[in-house]
Amino acid sequence: MNPEADKGQIKRRQFLTRLAKAAGIILAGGGVTVVFHDRKGPMREAPDLTDIRLPDFSVAHQGPKMAVSRGAERKATLGLALKAIGGIEAFIKPGDRVLLKVNAAFASPPLLSATTHPDLVSELSRLCLGAGAQSVWVTDNPINDPQSCFTLTGIAEAARTAGATVVVPQAQHFKSYSLPNGRLIKNWPLLYAPLKKIDKIIGAAPVKDHHRSGASLTMKNWYGLLGGRRNIFHQDIHNIIKELAMMVQPTLVVLDGTSAMMKNGPTGGALSDLKPTETMIVGTDQVAVDAFGATLIGRTPGELTYISKAAAEGVGTADWRSLNPVMTEAG
Amino acid sequence: MKTITARRICQVFFLLLFLWFCAVSVLGARWWQLRGWPVNWFLQLDPLIGLSTLLTTGKIYAGLAWGLLTLTLTVVFGRVFCGWICPFGSLHQFIGYLARRKNSVARNLEANRFRPAQNVKYYVLIFLLTIAAVEFVVRIFTLPRTSPLTSGVVAIVLFLVLAVRRAGLTSPKKWAAGILGAGLAWVMLGFIFRGSSPYSASLQVGLLDPIALLHRSINLIALPLLDKTALKLSVAERHYDGSWLVGAIFVSALLLNLFVPRFYCRFICPLGAFLGLLSRNSLWRIGKRSTDCADCQLCRKHCEGACSPTAEIRLAECVMCINCIDDCRHGVMTYQHNPSAAGEIAAPDMTRRGLVTTLIGGALTAPVLGVSDFTGVNWNPALVRPPGSLAEDEFLSRCIKCGQCMRICPTNVLHPAGFEGGLEGLWTPKLNFRIGTSGCQHTCIACGNLCPTAAIRPITLDERMGRNQHAVAGPLKIGTAFIDRGRCLPWAMGRPCIVCQENCPVSPKAITTREVYEPVGPNRSLAVKFAGPAFIEFETDVLEPDRFATGDYYCRVGSDSGPVMRKIIRNSARFIEIDASQAFETTPAGGSRVDILIRLQQPYVNPQHCIGCGICEHECPVRGLRAIRVSAENESRSKAHRLLVTTILDAESGPA
Repeated sequence: MNPEADKGQIKRRQFLTRLAKAAGIILAGGGVTVVFHDRKGPMREAPDLTDIRLPDFSVAHQGPKMAVSRGAERKATLGLALKAIGGIEAFIKPGDRVLLKVNAAFASPPLLSATTHPDLVSELSRLCLGAGAQSVWVTDNPINDPQSCFTLTGIAEAARTAGATVVVPQAQHFKSYSLPNGRLIKNWPLLYAPLKKIDKIIGAAPVKDHHRSGASLTMKNWYGLLGGRRNIFHQDIHNIIKELAMMVQPTLVVLDGTSAMMKNGPTGGALSDLKPTETMIVGTDQVAVDAFGATLIGRTPGELTYISKAAAEGVGTADWRSLNPVMTEAG
Repeated sequence: MKTITARRICQVFFLLLFLWFCAVSVLGARWWQLRGWPVNWFLQLDPLIGLSTLLTTGKIYAGLAWGLLTLTLTVVFGRVFCGWICPFGSLHQFIGYLARRKNSVARNLEANRFRPAQNVKYYVLIFLLTIAAVEFVVRIFTLPRTSPLTSGVVAIVLFLVLAVRRAGLTSPKKWAAGILGAGLAWVMLGFIFRGSSPYSASLQVGLLDPIALLHRSINLIALPLLDKTALKLSVAERHYDGSWLVGAIFVSALLLNLFVPRFYCRFICPLGAFLGLLSRNSLWRIGKRSTDCADCQLCRKHCEGACSPTAEIRLAECVMCINCIDDCRHGVMTYQHNPSAAGEIAAPDMTRRGLVTTLIGGALTAPVLGVSDFTGVNWNPALVRPPGSLAEDEFLSRCIKCGQCMRICPTNVLHPAGFEGGLEGLWTPKLNFRIGTSGCQHTCIACGNLCPTAAIRPITLDERMGRNQHAVAGPLKIGTAFIDRGRCLPWAMGRPCIVCQENCPVSPKAITTREVYEPVGPNRSLAVKFAGPAFIEFETDVLEPDRFATGDYYCRVGSDSGPVMRKIIRNSARFIEIDASQAFETTPAGGSRVDILIRLQQPYVNPQHCIGCGICEHECPVRGLRAIRVSAENESRSKAHRLLVTTILDAESGPA
């Protein structure tokens, strides 16, 4: 063999290998550049468009649309009012997954009536499960520390003993939502994860004075489904309550007027803020229920601008008398 | 079982126990939550914390008495705490092991040789104890003035001791002169310092103490990182302002083991230094049983303390890892009463110069820091301390910066301070109301009941809320909220809000509102074209459609009987419709002037009721620099920061 010729071979082979590798790197670089090239640069942030829609949770119901029961004991008045409106079975069918939207906004003890009473939570859970519901969830997006709220209000314990599950909101539970025909609830974080998985929703709220909106009843209760910096809506409080009522078509609303917060709402803080109005209201028309509930704290529906706004949008009727509510006494 | 197996089991057990205590530091009654777990046990076992707080406060607080157990163990057995118990040491040892297990014997020997820099930790210890002892020392100086009897007794005892030891060694005249001079100097010091210490002691042992450091690092860095994952222990994510430095120091300390094994233990740890000093007279010690040693150096291969076991063993450096006994193939290394047959160096190699420098440096540091008077006139009002905290100088005398309070706080409102309270305040707890889930809950007493040194007192719920026997004193206040009228929406921007008032948790509320009506738009009245009982039409399209229908806008027609506000319920470009229940009694004539106003509720803080809980600041919709902010004025723990003069009975509420 000719060693010099061999050397030439080897050198050429080395060169060709190197040429191939270099070409490979250039091609790879070129490929990456072509795929990831961005001529325009970043755009202004596009709104998080969403097509989430909330289902209509209301039930086609023949019986009375509203019932009022007077009495000091929640279990009794709730039972009577539900029976008067047709029984829980008219609303909760076997296999339903039920969500109880309670007011757990503040880490306040039940005695101060700033939040939904645990007796109401346990009784509603028990009745729903008794009607054959597959599961009962209890949720709210509180203002104060969530863990403290569910614990100190007694709602966590009440749910647990009744067989319901408390859903503490997590960041991943919220999705961007826009209310059709809404102006304020546009691309706003909504506590969507539990809402997605349920068949029926029952709103359970205490009767409270509210320093900004005049009263906090069943329509304002849906505020606890909003996330983000929702207290910005205080600048247009009546319209946000109206839009919340447009957003949620509940199966039932329960307005607990057993111990109403007459002043210093929504947090209250003293027993002297409360009055034993001993009334439980159950209904399918949240506007009418609120209109009646307003009278318990000495307000007229006309004083509460959001009631007429919601009525004007067709959410319900402010004239609760026209629904002929069934009045009962628990004795 | 081999002894080193027992040692490894112990290290793993105590490390896991420590991590368990960190993991369960979450409020709750389930078995994986706080319940009654003794989560401060390691801090209490640490005798350096007990000694330092004894120097700064004159007392050993509650569970810190556990330090006596460690002290006893060390004095009897040597530094078994370092080698068998300390979780920080175990971490260092493990990382060092991982880095070094494939190394040759020669490299390991080099890594574990004694380095003179190992004496640095003794200087660190002396420095930390000196600055802690400042007040104690000054009290001794002033003993002749404050307690002549005690000082007389001490003098006599010292005299007798000296007499026994020095009898016949020096000339009696010089000796007598010396004693007299010393006595006179002592009395003069009493006059210079006048009986009470003008200088505050400084407790900085928490910066470098391994147990405090490990708690702080885990609480402020490791657990918050875990809380972001599915393995979270805290329900919500945790954030801590200023914790990056804690993390940097922690990671650096662990990574330094890649250069020298047990780097922190050998060069920095003041607790190790303290236990090293204590172990010089230990009843049992590592050493050679005879001089019959082949000098194979294998005992140094895995020596954790770098104490030169084969040469004159440095007792103070030995961490009782027992690796030397396990590695020695000739049965020479042992654990015995007698000193090592190759000799031992019982005390660390500190030079007199080094010692004196450290003492003087320490003696000067605390007074020099005190010139800025951060605990006095130069106090920082942005430093809001947890409820139950002692007054600032006493607080700094007790806080070991362990971060336990920050971890247990259910609302994540406690954070490690930077230098806003002076150098000494680094990593002490302060409140940051913008972070967390809801300010400082006024029904919570967790932080004080967990604090291992009572820098935050363990208060009762009654004391926090001002009930029963504390009703006269009133609720505990940590500060006062101040409204920034230049930023508040209803004050400065003509927009309704009052989120702060709604969230104020106390009763009677500390935030009240006053209703005002402010004219909207340019300050000119609009001319009526035509009006009905419940509507007004204007000449031209002067209005933004729907803008005034939110329920907060009112129109006012000036009239002789005084202006009445009528709520606008609908408007288009030139119409406004009024609430029917407020219809005009006399319809305004064409050409009359109409004002449109917005109804605002402007908030006011009542400092008598405000407890400084900061829920208002936390909720304020002005998210950057909040329109209502809490600062430390009127905090209960400090008379000097009092805001109000009155104790006059309020008509509605009780005394201030």
